[in-house]
Amino acid sequence: MAVAKSRAKSRSRGVKGQARLLQGNEAASLGALAAGCDFFAGYPITPASEITESMSRELPARGYPFIQMEDEIASIGACVGASLAGRKAMTATSGPGFSLMQENLGYACIVEAPVVVVNVMRGGPSTGLPTNVAQGDVQQARWGTHGDHPAIVFCPSSVSECFELMVKAFNTAERFRNPVIFLADEMVAHLREKVVLPAEGDLEVIDRRRPTVPPDWYVPYKTDGSLIPRLADLGQGYRYHVTGLVHDERGFPTRRADEVEPFYARLFGKISRHFDDLMLTKSFSLDDADLVLISYGCTARACQAAVRLGRERGLKLGLLQLLTLWPFPRAAVEEALTGKRMALVPELNMGQVSREVKRVNDGRTQVFRHSKMDGSMITPEEILQRLKEVV
Amino acid sequence: MSMVHRSVVYDWLRHDKKFPHVWCPGCGLGILLGSLVRSLEQSGFDKNQVVLVGGIGCSGRLPVYVDVNTVHTTHGRALTFATGIKLAKPDLKVIVVMGDGDATAIGGNHLIHAARRNLDLTAIIVNNLNYGMTGGQYSPTTPLGSKATTAPYGHLEAAFDISALTVTAGASFVARSTVYHVTQLDQMLLTALERKGFNVVEVLSPCHTNYGRQNRLGSQIDMLKGFKKQAVRMERWDKMTPEQREGRFSIGVLAEHTRPTFWENYQGAIKKARAAKGEG
Repeated sequence: MAVAKSRAKSRSRGVKGQARLLQGNEAASLGALAAGCDFFAGYPITPASEITESMSRELPARGYPFIQMEDEIASIGACVGASLAGRKAMTATSGPGFSLMQENLGYACIVEAPVVVVNVMRGGPSTGLPTNVAQGDVQQARWGTHGDHPAIVFCPSSVSECFELMVKAFNTAERFRNPVIFLADEMVAHLREKVVLPAEGDLEVIDRRRPTVPPDWYVPYKTDGSLIPRLADLGQGYRYHVTGLVHDERGFPTRRADEVEPFYARLFGKISRHFDDLMLTKSFSLDDADLVLISYGCTARACQAAVRLGRERGLKLGLLQLLTLWPFPRAAVEEALTGKRMALVPELNMGQVSREVKRVNDGRTQVFRHSKMDGSMITPEEILQRLKEVV
Repeated sequence: MSMVHRSVVYDWLRHDKKFPHVWCPGCGLGILLGSLVRSLEQSGFDKNQVVLVGGIGCSGRLPVYVDVNTVHTTHGRALTFATGIKLAKPDLKVIVVMGDGDATAIGGNHLIHAARRNLDLTAIIVNNLNYGMTGGQYSPTTPLGSKATTAPYGHLEAAFDISALTVTAGASFVARSTVYHVTQLDQMLLTALERKGFNVVEVLSPCHTNYGRQNRLGSQIDMLKGFKKQAVRMERWDKMTPEQREGRFSIGVLAEHTRPTFWENYQGAIKKARAAKGEG
């Protein structure tokens, strides 16, 4: 009893505007709750289970539903169902479960259901390296589900970013009516760091736009200039049809080219029209740098250290950290590459982001990759060593 | 009587959807649709409070015609979406329509766990003994020895008994009927709509276009007459010998019991969680 009491105390002590020691997964859960998450369905998998466990404690206390489903397919299915019924829903998994979720992730895309999917990356393919760190799911997060579709993917490098980006993930899902993937990695998810959580009033929380017209006037997929339709909760009085088939403005299946083409144009357009709001990056010592590192997730932390060490050794080294992986932050990357002697992209895969950087580079500078796939982190010394090789 | 029924059906259908429907002439799904609408009318639910969830296949196309909240989901996963909807808004009446392949092959895992969990859902499983929409391949309910487009030499596997499966998995109410036995079907659907817990109605329905054609069972009328001949009321079935049961199947209520639903149990978790928070 005494133990339970002191634990509860420490939990409430650290809530607002105060420093706390938190694990990445814990911070992600707290970020979700702060953003208004009121539904969670998941399936156990390392290294994401702490999120599922913490939601199983926190949601009942708030009177909200939590459920552990029979698999990851069911978990995301339940989340999309709950989302259509008006909830802010989240699920959390790792690579093997993320593969299973691809089917209903596509469904969320086509019916435009806001939902947040956490994938804490571990070594793959298949069961792979449970549960060493890896960054091998970057392209899967973009292209995993079949059919061409837009994707929004955020990637934290620190525990405080786990909190902040999770709030951003919910806000983005709600605003754009699109699934958002929160692509963490084992290292960041299990890292413990000091975090200062923002006070409740300091957080911007966005809710989906719901219809304001009478039910008879509601045309479910008709939009204004934002291209983002208003979403009625199931049971709110707006009886309409939701389908994974391509549909017309009323939500009914269609194969008419003059309805199909505008459907896809809007699905992509609602994201591309707002690219600027989605591109999150951070730069470190880039202003006078002639060598640039481009990285993300746990590897960006090693890069931050490499920048410090390199500067001590007289290298004009800088870092562009990507917090948004998709849509690919083209403008920021182009700017970081322009006028540089060379660029290096360290990552825990065989070049999933470096190929994007090379695509965007378009002759600006020389781009090299530094890949590592042995289940461990890239160290700052390795980065500096690789720089020495390529310069 | 028939006039009354027509107007009830008209009342519950959507009129902004481009009819005709997608089903073959003579398909049993239209009979089921009528039966469902009559049961909904009789149960007195408000249209706004009803959510009809479908999977993929011929049966998955049923929700779109009904003037309630309708969700056409992915193959086999209808129950998972329905679980999310019901938990999100426990006051809604959530009904799931699935086919035999949908519910017991690709969605078999979801079916047994939904039955075990006992959330308040009504599951209607339309069993036409094959995959109709894709052209008559064998499903988990195709009888041993039957022809299918993927069993040209006769089916090699034993069939699932869907109702028995869901009884074993823990469903609160399980009943089986056919689209020939419409009065019984109306009654079963009404019960399945009004009871608490996970309630299953298995509906035998003819697919004369694929299963019937390949197995030389004649027209849709012949197949309905076949249901009449083969279906045996549960009370009689229990007294029959295995030899007498050969080539026949039972219809009626297989299970009816009450146990706490997931949502009722969840109220206990909410209380405990709040008490734990309060202690701090």
